[in-house]
Amino acid sequence: MANQRRPHDMGGAEAGPVEQTEHAPESWEKTVDTILRLVSDKKRRIMTVDELRRGIEDLGPGAYDELNYYERWIASITSNLIAKGVITVEELGAKMEEVEKSWAEKA
Amino acid sequence: MSDHTHDHGDHHPPHPMQPDLEDTPLTYHQSMTLAVVELLIEKNVISADEVRAMHEVIDATSPALGAKLVARAWSDAEFKKRLLKSVNDAAAEFGVDAGPVPIRAMENTTGVHNVIVCTLCSCYPKYLLGLPPDWYKSRAYRSRVVREPRAVLAEFGTQLPGDVDLVVHDSTADFRYMVLPLRPAGTDGLGEEELAAIVTRDCMIGVTCPKAPGSE
Repeated sequence: MANQRRPHDMGGAEAGPVEQTEHAPESWEKTVDTILRLVSDKKRRIMTVDELRRGIEDLGPGAYDELNYYERWIASITSNLIAKGVITVEELGAKMEEVEKSWAEKA
Repeated sequence: MSDHTHDHGDHHPPHPMQPDLEDTPLTYHQSMTLAVVELLIEKNVISADEVRAMHEVIDATSPALGAKLVARAWSDAEFKKRLLKSVNDAAAEFGVDAGPVPIRAMENTTGVHNVIVCTLCSCYPKYLLGLPPDWYKSRAYRSRVVREPRAVLAEFGTQLPGDVDLVVHDSTADFRYMVLPLRPAGTDGLGEEELAAIVTRDCMIGVTCPKAPGSE
């Protein structure tokens, strides 16, 4: 039944006109794509595209629609990397703080 | 970029950041992205060189690669057969790596028009055509193109004759599609480069059709 569909499963649903917007990919978006391509390549095989998708689908209906495309990707990639023990929550928190601090200093 | 803190001893890997971001505040997810890439570099999971090289690959990939294949297929029937058999193998003839996922070209004819989508996410032959446009990933396109494709195509200015069958192909993570458009009338005698110039990304998605130069 339609009301039991998960938020990503939208084929055939009602929706408005296709807004033909596009933007040149930003650097951080290409970085997200880069991370996925590298961690899923033959050399590493740390995660798969299916795991990326599962992570995105597990974001839940609110986050799925609130986050933009590459925000969903990095959210999923990060949870996968944490679940697999490649990085830890603590390391991520500390590194984000560092990144934000150095960004603020440069501004 | 300020250099007063990193001007001697290159023990830090260069930040994989670009100037276009640096004038704006960092969002939570941008910060997460930069943190993850730096952690992966520190842990030697990936290298800064690999990150830079992959950015360059992404920048170098554009619909022009697909357009070359289409133009060759229009000009060379034997090549067209190979393209329809395997886009990846046909691209390799041009020295182009079309990526790890198989891509199939769906041929438009006078009786059949093809269009591609990924209803569940945004699967797209991006290793060949570059990153997909925003609208390809949008809720409206993904929802509606499988239900009322003629109406969606009309929004792109494409009116198909009623006797043309419209076939929608839903891509998956393991299988991608591109459209081999129908060569338009009025292009006899054009060389491959001129032909490639009329093959746009949207033609290879199937929401538009190529037009002969000077027509409109």
